[in-house]
Amino acid sequence: MSDTETPIRGLGHSVRRKEDDRFLRGRGNYVDDLQLPGMLHMALLRSPLAHARITAIDVEAAKAHPGVVAVVTGRDLDAHGLAWMPTLSGDTQAVLALDKVVFQGQEVAAVVAEDPYVASDALELIEVDYDPLPPVVDPHKALEPDAPLIREDKQGQTSNHINHWEKGDREATERAFASADKVVRVETFYPRSHPAPLETCGCVADVDPATGKATIYMTSQAPHAHRTLFALVAGLPEQNIRIVSPDIGGGFGNKVPIYPGYVVATVASLLLGRPVKWVEDRTENLISTGFARDYHMTGEVALSGDGKILGLRSKVIADHGAFNAAAQPTKTPAGLFHIFTGSYDVPAAFCEVDAVYTNKAPGGIAYRCSFRVTEASFLIERLMQKAATELDVDPAELRRRNFIRPEQFPYHSVVGWVYDSGEYQRALDLALEQLGYEELRREQRERFARGELMGIGIASFTEVVGAGHGADYDIAGLRMFDSAELRVHPTGKAILKLGVKAQGQGHETTFAQIVAAELGIQPEDVAVMEGDTDNTPYGLGTYASRSTPVGGAATAMVARKLREKATRIAAHLLEVAEEDVEYADGRFAVRGAPDRAKTIQDVAFAAYTNLPDGMEAGLEGVTYYDPPNMTFPFGTYCVVVDIDKGTGVWKVRKMVAVDDCGVRINPMIVEGQIHGGLAEGFAIAAMQQITFDEDGNCIGQNFTEYLLPTSWETPKFETHATVTPSPHHPIGAKGVGESATVGSPAAYVNAVLDALAPLGITNIDMPVTSDKVWAAMHEKGFV
Amino acid sequence: MEITVTVNGTAHRVDVEPRLLLVHLLRERLRLTGTHEGCDTTSCGVCTVLLDGVPIKSCTLLAVQADGRDVLTVEGLLEGGQPSPIQAAFKQEHGLQCGFCTPAMMLAAKALLADNPDPTEDEVRWALSGNLCRCTGYVNIVRAVRAAAATMRGPEQTAEPEREEVSA
Repeated sequence: MSDTETPIRGLGHSVRRKEDDRFLRGRGNYVDDLQLPGMLHMALLRSPLAHARITAIDVEAAKAHPGVVAVVTGRDLDAHGLAWMPTLSGDTQAVLALDKVVFQGQEVAAVVAEDPYVASDALELIEVDYDPLPPVVDPHKALEPDAPLIREDKQGQTSNHINHWEKGDREATERAFASADKVVRVETFYPRSHPAPLETCGCVADVDPATGKATIYMTSQAPHAHRTLFALVAGLPEQNIRIVSPDIGGGFGNKVPIYPGYVVATVASLLLGRPVKWVEDRTENLISTGFARDYHMTGEVALSGDGKILGLRSKVIADHGAFNAAAQPTKTPAGLFHIFTGSYDVPAAFCEVDAVYTNKAPGGIAYRCSFRVTEASFLIERLMQKAATELDVDPAELRRRNFIRPEQFPYHSVVGWVYDSGEYQRALDLALEQLGYEELRREQRERFARGELMGIGIASFTEVVGAGHGADYDIAGLRMFDSAELRVHPTGKAILKLGVKAQGQGHETTFAQIVAAELGIQPEDVAVMEGDTDNTPYGLGTYASRSTPVGGAATAMVARKLREKATRIAAHLLEVAEEDVEYADGRFAVRGAPDRAKTIQDVAFAAYTNLPDGMEAGLEGVTYYDPPNMTFPFGTYCVVVDIDKGTGVWKVRKMVAVDDCGVRINPMIVEGQIHGGLAEGFAIAAMQQITFDEDGNCIGQNFTEYLLPTSWETPKFETHATVTPSPHHPIGAKGVGESATVGSPAAYVNAVLDALAPLGITNIDMPVTSDKVWAAMHEKGFV
Repeated sequence: MEITVTVNGTAHRVDVEPRLLLVHLLRERLRLTGTHEGCDTTSCGVCTVLLDGVPIKSCTLLAVQADGRDVLTVEGLLEGGQPSPIQAAFKQEHGLQCGFCTPAMMLAAKALLADNPDPTEDEVRWALSGNLCRCTGYVNIVRAVRAAAATMRGPEQTAEPEREEVSA
């Protein structure tokens, strides 16, 4: 029963993914694939106006429409105390609007019908009378004293200001600026972007009328947290709520919040005694669910004459929309924005963020990002580029002068982080070498002399991912630990249950490999289960690159717990003392006599058949892991662009990415994560943006307005790695799913602005579209 | 309306409303849920199926327009019960992550390879440009399609597509 002749495919093996077979056969199991007996279909009526009072709603014609089972309004929900729900940031959000609507696309009423086409038909029969109010679109104007008050429903809310948050030492930073030889300033707007996973959000709510048990199949990145919030909102006993998050067609942070549709569908199922499916369409997804960014940022860096950073400060106006539904840890309303000192040794820093209500969709979620790290990384890397230009120093050289040096780790930053590990110059040097940097700089000068525009952009990012530590980071009070439960069956095959939940990241393979590395059970023999709250241990879910740093650590630790017991069983089987048994590569061998050994399969069988006296049967355990610190992945991205003078079109000629995410469990999957992030970074830099007109109408309501890159526009990527293990993670791994989305936008933008710098063009806000580039060149008289 | 649509080789006689979209006929009536819906505006391509061998977006085609025609969905891609070269290559080259766009990508690839058994990287990128993917950055999808092409061309023409080394 031994398979020890086959090498254990643990860490560092590009094991092909276990989850692929069902997807390749069309046998994935997404929420919309579910069809339960007697299932009804729900559609939502949404507000066409951004700000208006509701003076009347007439649902009679809709109710009378054949096939319609029920019509639900805010008044109906209010009768059950369910018209409002808490957001992840402790605000209250209307489930269905009562007296007024505060953004275009807000949920106003729901129709439940036998057929989805009929439900849509009936929406058109609902008559709503709106009395328009002046919309507040610009967050700066929202703060003016005479701005219309958006949140009249909130007691004590007298303005559109949500909160002020600051970090760092304001006075020390002001002193640093006073002593500086040079101050460089960047004002930039990180536009509102939408994650737009190809699967929209939805659920099937199935409340059993006999038992009261609510089973909610839901597009959820955090099923356990969602169950608890459902229990708190609806007052349902938590053991009677089961959230099942099946296969998810991409999340990217969009499936972290709770949306009104989930709540209304559940209430409808409860009241009607039948399952109710709600799946939003693309327009609903884009105009109402969690957007990201929308940060109006000013950054300033103070430098000495020789290009050393003396201080850094930043001021941000954050547009959160009509409800503060930002998905950020409770104690840090601007997320982890204070990582804005980036990869650099900064002696004084201060940042402040003011969040504002506007008549726009609510959110502020972390789109493929660890809680505002993306905005922070973009700001510092733009500042470094601009500082290099103004000081006439090579941008790579300016970074070298200011990097935190390897011997400074663990590095205590002035805003309170303890960076776990890093080797920034090594990543930069490798990227430049792979790019052929010096040669490209020569080519750039020659081309410019001929009137051609070519640019090289660099971003040497540092992320902070893997929340907790639980005492510092919580969502709605729930500490950000995570969990793993491992059971080894008598034949030596295992089942691993996790509190995190994949949306394409390959957990079923990666986490099985961690078990393989720790216990010697091959990955194909470890079934990984996630997403069903009745059958997995409690965890906070998958977002902010926390699965490997926290759930992966929990997996390693529970496997080690089992290994201790396995060692005792092996000693019993080998008839030696426990301390004489050592484990390596799936074998428990007698120290000094490696031929005398038992495999994990032998041990597992004995755990159920032949135990030492007094030992409990079985081989299983559970671990709740609270990380002592975050992990700090880093890297350098370099982009080469050519700009067409006549049109402003810029094309990526070459993109080199060096990522250091510590130990790579499955290098193939890691590289795939980086590819995806680089593409989304390009998307944000080049095309994706949700805008609004002056009436608050959302521009970007479908994929013909909100542009996503296809295989044709997306650049070709070249990826490389350095490995600097995390010293506190059990297997030295760091998170990686978001590095490229965090780090790459600045690299693309810096490349375009590097090409344009000789013309005196110092900033173009994202998305850097060809018309903006052309207009900037035209303004300078270049074209 | 009564229509007859052949799906993956099986003829289905069904009574449908004239407004029923092909994607809903496949998903709801025939329970072939491997064909997905993503945007309703013919933009994202996750609903792609082959209609008489041609990739079409089934969210923008009425079921009645498929009357008397042949539809191929992902459920019909297996060959002799085994993964086809395209399916095998998507797994081998890690050409999928969340899996939502994958069935459509493979069908678009199948149509490409029927016309062009040895496409260049740019030809693959152009042929797949009606199908969005949010996870992979397309790199490994392109590799998978070219690897499948090499397999399908057979051993006498084993010029492997260039595969950049996976850094680790």
